[in-house]
Amino acid sequence: MSRSALRILIIDENRIRAAVIEEGLREAGHGEVATIHDMTGIARRIAEIEPDVIVIDLENPNRDMLESMFQLTRAVKRPIAMFVDRTDSASTEAAIEAGVSAYVVDGLRKERIKPILDMAISRFNAFSRMARELEEARSELENRKLIDRAKGLLMKSRGLSEQEAYALLRRTAMNQNRKIAEIAQSLITAADLLGPGGDT
Amino acid sequence: MSAQMSVVPVGFLPLLDSALLVAAREMGFAAEEGIELVLVRENSWASIRDRLAVGHFAAAHMLAPMPIAFNLGLAPLAVRTIAPMALGLGGNAVTVSTSLWAKMSEEGARPDLDPASAGTALRKVLDRRNDETKLRFAVVHPHSSHNYELRYWLTACGIDPDREVELVVIPPPLMRDALAAGRIDGYCVGEPWNSSAAILGIGHIVTTKSRIWQSSPEKVLGVSEAWAMANPDTLDRLLRALYRAAKWCGDAANHGELAALLARPEYVNCPAEWLMPALTGQIQQGDGSIIAVADFFVPHDMGATFPWQSHALWFYSQMVRWGQIGASPKHELIARDSYRPDLYRRALRSLGVALPGANAKVEGALTTAMPVGAAGASLVLGPDGFFDGKVFDPDHIVDYLAS
Repeated sequence: MSRSALRILIIDENRIRAAVIEEGLREAGHGEVATIHDMTGIARRIAEIEPDVIVIDLENPNRDMLESMFQLTRAVKRPIAMFVDRTDSASTEAAIEAGVSAYVVDGLRKERIKPILDMAISRFNAFSRMARELEEARSELENRKLIDRAKGLLMKSRGLSEQEAYALLRRTAMNQNRKIAEIAQSLITAADLLGPGGDT
Repeated sequence: MSAQMSVVPVGFLPLLDSALLVAAREMGFAAEEGIELVLVRENSWASIRDRLAVGHFAAAHMLAPMPIAFNLGLAPLAVRTIAPMALGLGGNAVTVSTSLWAKMSEEGARPDLDPASAGTALRKVLDRRNDETKLRFAVVHPHSSHNYELRYWLTACGIDPDREVELVVIPPPLMRDALAAGRIDGYCVGEPWNSSAAILGIGHIVTTKSRIWQSSPEKVLGVSEAWAMANPDTLDRLLRALYRAAKWCGDAANHGELAALLARPEYVNCPAEWLMPALTGQIQQGDGSIIAVADFFVPHDMGATFPWQSHALWFYSQMVRWGQIGASPKHELIARDSYRPDLYRRALRSLGVALPGANAKVEGALTTAMPVGAAGASLVLGPDGFFDGKVFDPDHIVDYLAS
């Protein structure tokens, strides 16, 4: 068995996620990592890179194409098969749960693949968490803007203080079992409709 | 309904023939059966397979040969999968680039969707080429009816699909771009990816699945066998909901509403106009002309949801023909039993609808529509002929492969 480092190829159209995974693999001591974002000429690229392990996101629409390419050994120099560890179904589930799938060349021992896949899974999960938090932060900011506008409308039309305006929004939300941002949105919509030029 | 709803997660790909699943959910047929049908859109058949394998899905929209390939061990990570129902008949077409169509026209191809004249013209185009590169055709998956029907058509027209052209796999939504960019010369794919190419002037539809093989299978409901065994009652209710959905989809009065439903971003996510040709059978070829192909996509009539074991066996015969699996009586049985007409009947008996009495038929034997003996009410089947006049007798597969 060759002692040289495994060559890993990451195929991901999401550049940020690919970078996050590549960094993780490099930190873990896997020096030979390549990434492909664009599927054009993928067969030629794989033939050039000759990867031992291919990591690809589950959502990639080209997986059927890749799998059929791997089955035709003419297209790639060495036969490549999906990595499935039948003795460890929890690991396979974790990979699919995380949205990652791996293909390896024939004859590689699973002990060598497992740490790579585990790293990819944890990085995929970290990326999803990051994306989720970013999305939450973004919608939080949006909500804050809505609430500020609604408060302003109430302060102006009913002569309330900022604190009173917020209290009114909150009370209404609680009474209707809705979110404050939703009440704020309804108020803004209503004000737009009723306000000058609302019928244009 | 007082009983709690059963949540059934089902995967699908954004294609016209996800119609039965979408209608079952959106038109309330699933809810009427006490099922909350959760439809999850995927980007590849590989993802459908993987998520079924780890239990994310109970069932999925599948290429009709997929359960057979799974059970024969031809796919990684696959679990035992059964097809207790088909999701309609027909629905594909073969589209070529406008430049290839121009060459085919010079060689006598007529704009009438006739596979024989188109194939003969393509043969002549190949004979005149002295280019080093081969014409390249795309299909969506090696275990797809697209792959087998394209190969069937080419071979019957004297073209060796492995030597004289190159066949590649491309995901359906990317086919049209590949054609426009000249990376491929033609493809066989489901809708709306033929009609959209024709409407946008990128490709020309040369023939349809229904012209190559009438009343032929395309997609099935693939169900995890373990889930089906553990939830027989839920499976029955799911099949009844899909049967009613198929009937609704087949009613011409609903085509506009169905197209609008499928067009939505969470389903096929495309203009509704791209979906209408397949639903109405008014096929736009790409040169402005429209040809009526009444049986282009049949969701309900002609026993369209019945999982014929002769269909499963034909797919098996093509897997053998193209070297995907060795021929053996054991493989033949695995293929046949991947389709489960017994479960179809068990679920639908209570509806009092027409059910075929046989599990298999001789494919290509019906040259006209034929009323057949069926349990309950009357049922009309077929025609189910192959364009080259061959007949597939599921009891004589060895002879068929030798012919």
